[in-house]
Amino acid sequence: MAKPFMIAGIAAPLPVNNLDTDQIMPKQFLLGIDKSGLARGLLHDLRLDANGHVREQFVLNRLEYQGAKILIGGANFGCGSSREHAVWGLQQGGFEAVIAPSYGEIFYFNSSNNRLLLVTLPPEEVEALVAELESGSDKQVSIDVENEVVLTPSGQRYRFSLPARQKQMLVEGLDMIGLTLRQGDAIDAFETRHWAAQPWSRIDLPAQQNHN
Amino acid sequence: MSSQTLYRKLVDSHTVSIIDAEHVLLYADLHIMNEYTSPQAFAGLREKGLRVRRPHQQMGIVDHVIPTRPVPVRARTIKVVDAAKQATNFTRNCAEHGIHLFDVNDAMQGIEHVVAPEIGLIRPGMVVLCGDSHTTTYGALGALGFGIGTSEVEHVLATQTLVYRVAKDMRIVVDGALQPGTTSKDVVLHIIAQIGAQGARGYAVEYVGEAIAALSAEARMTLCNMTVEAGARAALIAPDRTTLDYVCSKVRDLDAQTLDAARTAWSQLRSDADAHFDVEHRFDASRVAPYVTWGTSPDQAIPVDGRIPDANATDGSGLDVATMRKALDYIGLPGGSPIEGTSIDRVFIGSCTNARIEDLRAVAAVVRGRKVASTVRAMVVPGSGMVRDQAEREGIAQLLIDAGFEWRQPGCSMCLAMNDDVLAPGERCASTTNRNFEGRQGRDSKTHLMSPAMAAAAAIAGCIVDIRKELTHG
Repeated sequence: MAKPFMIAGIAAPLPVNNLDTDQIMPKQFLLGIDKSGLARGLLHDLRLDANGHVREQFVLNRLEYQGAKILIGGANFGCGSSREHAVWGLQQGGFEAVIAPSYGEIFYFNSSNNRLLLVTLPPEEVEALVAELESGSDKQVSIDVENEVVLTPSGQRYRFSLPARQKQMLVEGLDMIGLTLRQGDAIDAFETRHWAAQPWSRIDLPAQQNHN
Repeated sequence: MSSQTLYRKLVDSHTVSIIDAEHVLLYADLHIMNEYTSPQAFAGLREKGLRVRRPHQQMGIVDHVIPTRPVPVRARTIKVVDAAKQATNFTRNCAEHGIHLFDVNDAMQGIEHVVAPEIGLIRPGMVVLCGDSHTTTYGALGALGFGIGTSEVEHVLATQTLVYRVAKDMRIVVDGALQPGTTSKDVVLHIIAQIGAQGARGYAVEYVGEAIAALSAEARMTLCNMTVEAGARAALIAPDRTTLDYVCSKVRDLDAQTLDAARTAWSQLRSDADAHFDVEHRFDASRVAPYVTWGTSPDQAIPVDGRIPDANATDGSGLDVATMRKALDYIGLPGGSPIEGTSIDRVFIGSCTNARIEDLRAVAAVVRGRKVASTVRAMVVPGSGMVRDQAEREGIAQLLIDAGFEWRQPGCSMCLAMNDDVLAPGERCASTTNRNFEGRQGRDSKTHLMSPAMAAAAAIAGCIVDIRKELTHG
């Protein structure tokens, strides 16, 4: 059983379908060799204009959404490039959860692996949530992970379902590599079988003697 | 035994163990890495004190940040400090773990998804993973390939496996014959426009039909490469004679006897006749026109003789219309107007979608004896050192240079503009790449995706034109 787990805070609506990871984390922020410094890249071109001036109207620049922990997105949120920097950037920007009708596949798994909660709600519920946030002054939304329910400012409750594995990864955190390494013998046995059955699939690409 | 799809057969044959009802531990025959999605994975290994389990099943290649200036081969240097640091770090990581690296000045350097097939590392029935979404390319050769994130790159490095959620099965049947002036790029843009940017989300797509059978191996790579733009987890084409001839001509390390046995096994890799697909779509290739994107998502594509959608005249939910308005606003074209005749400033021919030798031959066929419009800056970035060399041998390079194209060094280049090949704000580009996202090729730049022949014709005309009209003029 999952332990109690609640994410509550300001929810910022960004209702755009197919918001790709290029927009979430543009290319100029991908040149690092660690995960740091990505908050400044988050949704960069939407936050700032070409001259580097703050776009006052953009949701994350509005006073009432400062400190938002939850982002409300459109369908296919995080589609496109596999860059995990998009997830790291959302987290470094203070986001603990995204609520959207659907997610790009690679983004979905990247989020799981970093314990960023992705809540999937039907499009009409997301639209209703966006409308409620945009029309009211209270921007507080809570996500009760244990009971799988989103609670809106007006008290509306939207039920969602979180796959068991995603829930476990989120709540407990999983040492995925450690768990897989415990299956080392099974991997060894698989390789022996596999290479006997299809020796042509065994790639042997030795390192060069001298790297420049 | 119940009948199975090709996709399920590939998953089953690589399942080390079953984790739960949805997930398996999937074995990777080959793992490909680039300089920008791997650094944090190597750092993670270092923190945990882990080694790479199978170094010889890894391939490293510098492609995303590398400059493509037309300097002599082997004289390339990365001048952007952070990019250079990323490449140096990658070299060190590969050396430390005994991984083969196609470094900046390796003669075989190129785009990962161009190089891996051309050196014979992609074979039917394999599972190939890479920290890049366009890894779906390898389905063209009957291999299960798909993109992964950096945490997963680390997992693959440490274990040679991936915790994998098995996808659903979709079949896309494409019958009929492609008409002159159309290519597999037009087919895939047509399909994405029809089923949408998330039309195949959660599915592994298997392509079948007369039109698919008629495609070359390289044309199939274009198709499978871009299927990820419909949200697909993977794309597959069952191996046939075309596949086997291509693969056998590239594989370098198998003796004749093994290759013979492999051919037999590969030719049996297909979905069972009565295998169940969760969804099926059918398309007629003879009805596919040359396609061009008008917006900021690859599904916002229309036939070149079509009209840009008018947001004011569209039914649909508020969010769909808002998304269309946002795209029209960004791209700066009026809804309801024709796309043909739209002036362009730049042409980019390159990327893992369309920078192989057949693509460059198609460009050369259009360009021969003509000049790039004086208002256009046109670049050709070959997919790899081998493609570049071959194009030079065939006279394609000189033909393009004489016509006014820049003939550059291989890399991902302006597909995602991570290097210094970037569009200036406001510039409009005819591009053979895979994504027309906002800002993808440079802040406030406007991308129109199309086939290599269409991009070449646009370079000459200075605007988007219908390649079919040129064919009738002979």
